[in-house]
Amino acid sequence: MTGLFSSRRLGAMLAKEFVQMRRDRITFAMMLAVPVIQLLLFGYAINNDPRGLPAAILALGQDRYTRAVVSALEVSNYYRFGQRPQSAAEAESLMAKGEISFLITIPSDFGTRVERADRPRILVEADATDPAAASGAVSALGTIAGRALVRAQGREPVTDPAGGEGDSLSFVVHRRYNPENITQYNIVPGLLGVILQMTMVMMTSMALTREIERGTMENLLAMPATAGEIMLGKVLPYLAVGAVQVVIVLGAAKLLFAVPFLGGLGLLLSCVLVFVLALVLLGYTISTMARTQLQAMQLTFFFFLPSLMLSGFMFPFAGMPGWAQALGELFPLTHFLRIIRAIMLKGADLGDIGDEVVYLSLFVPVFAGVALMRFRSTLD
Amino acid sequence: MSTSLAIDVRGMTKRFGKRTVVDDVDLAVATGEIVGFLGPNGSGKTTTIRMICGLLKPDAGEGTVLGLDVRTQSAAIKRQVGYMTQRFSFYEDLTIAENLIFVARLYGLKPAEQAVAKTLEGLGLASRQDQLAGTLSGGWKQRLALAACIMHQPKLLLLDEPTAGVDPKARREFWDEIHRLAGDGMTVLVSTHYMDEAERCHRIGYIAYGRMLATGTVEEVVHGSGLVTFVVHGAVKPAQMRVLAAADGVEQVAPFGATLHVVGTDRAKLEAALEPLSRETGLRVEPGETSLEDVFIKFMSGAQERAA
Repeated sequence: MTGLFSSRRLGAMLAKEFVQMRRDRITFAMMLAVPVIQLLLFGYAINNDPRGLPAAILALGQDRYTRAVVSALEVSNYYRFGQRPQSAAEAESLMAKGEISFLITIPSDFGTRVERADRPRILVEADATDPAAASGAVSALGTIAGRALVRAQGREPVTDPAGGEGDSLSFVVHRRYNPENITQYNIVPGLLGVILQMTMVMMTSMALTREIERGTMENLLAMPATAGEIMLGKVLPYLAVGAVQVVIVLGAAKLLFAVPFLGGLGLLLSCVLVFVLALVLLGYTISTMARTQLQAMQLTFFFFLPSLMLSGFMFPFAGMPGWAQALGELFPLTHFLRIIRAIMLKGADLGDIGDEVVYLSLFVPVFAGVALMRFRSTLD
Repeated sequence: MSTSLAIDVRGMTKRFGKRTVVDDVDLAVATGEIVGFLGPNGSGKTTTIRMICGLLKPDAGEGTVLGLDVRTQSAAIKRQVGYMTQRFSFYEDLTIAENLIFVARLYGLKPAEQAVAKTLEGLGLASRQDQLAGTLSGGWKQRLALAACIMHQPKLLLLDEPTAGVDPKARREFWDEIHRLAGDGMTVLVSTHYMDEAERCHRIGYIAYGRMLATGTVEEVVHGSGLVTFVVHGAVKPAQMRVLAAADGVEQVAPFGATLHVVGTDRAKLEAALEPLSRETGLRVEPGETSLEDVFIKFMSGAQERAA
């Protein structure tokens, strides 16, 4: 039992570690459940070649070629045509709101040009605030529409690929809001949300556990502070910290990355305020559930990873299956990303993003309510 | 409901899971009284105190604290009670002055700065007010905690083992302060392990395994125990002590320096047991005073048997 290494001493250490692991239920559950949940969640939800993207067609002509192209697009699974705009202005507003990612305009002279073999054109406007989502669907468009046109003309699809210069269908692609397809335009505003979420939730998730671990909770509860006072007193200081972060990230976005800033600063800052308030209350809610700071940390990460993956920050939101999108809607980050991209890159005003602002605001009373319900004003 | 009682609770019961930690405890403390709360570790002292100040919800029991319902008016009770926790529970990363300011503002003292300045002066800590509370020694932490608890001039002071780990001089000063506060009309309930501290209380309550076993003045408790003590003067060999301890009627045999305390409930049996010892050794045996400690040892063994 002496010397540098004893298997019995090692055995004693191992046995002790396993006992402690078993006692800390949350940690143990996290170690087993989290990999499984995340594997299933992300394995099935994430798709880099998104299908079913929300799109709209503005068909200005009524000829058979137009109808052929429209129906071919409608049956393809690349797009989901929910909206039927009647005018260019209506379509424009749908895109500003983020309700559609693509607008396909078939000009009124489309049929005539096809028959005259005079370079028929289709205008594609893609919401390039998310470059990854836009690119795949744009390239698919050419194939689908081209085939439909060939079939409508009664030609053999494969035998005559050239057809002649004037025959070939051409696409005019407008990458809206981000014509140069710069990734930073998408990432940097999103990063503001991610950074705020990371720091705000993590800091406040320790709010109560720190008091409990240091033994100061007993004293705090014995004094006449109410649950609401403790909650607000704990989370509001982090609003100030968040404000500093906002200034730094927005400043960097402008100066270092030259991200366009089209919308109103006041509207953006108000939305950021609501977002940060939701985050600190979420963190505080976590701190009412965790018993130790370590658990608070683990719960924060448990929340952080899916919100990063399913919010549309890393992967196109529209490309995820319906259930994953529904799950994604439950994260404040999802709504914040839509808001900040709309304001900064599209110049959206409150009318365009009103619904998203309402959804984001709803998190505040929900989190505050859960936290107050979970808060124990006794040591029971 | 009597207004002259600061604490008047009956049937207080608290269970954690299946374990009953406090079992049907009655407690009545008159205004201005210092009541010592005694009992072994884990006997339910802290839990009882926490129920009185509203930090724990009793599973059963009723009564009043400062005339307020202990079950429903804990918020109001908190404002008039000072509770000093067993473990130092102020912010170690705040300075002394910052801790006091925080407490003063929570209690809504106006002006808070003035109350703090007065407290600092009273503590003799004015020159060290910018020192971090975490760097204070045990004795100073205790003084700071007490000062913070009485800053809002509570009517009832609850002290949970306030002198644990504090040197005798600081303990003496602490008790002088407690008596001064009680003299000004504050009611004090203090839990302790120390017999000498129990003797500085007006009345004591003894709790073991969640049950209140005795209450009264020290004399009443000692007398009520029915214990008789004899003191053997001189050195008694270990073998003789073992024989004595096994003898009929002897409940406790405890050496105190050069003397031996022999305790039992039956005077005649005790005398009979001691007779051979004094005859063999020629040591002087005479009736002695039963100490509070003897009584508690008896209570503990008795309660243990009942709990088992």
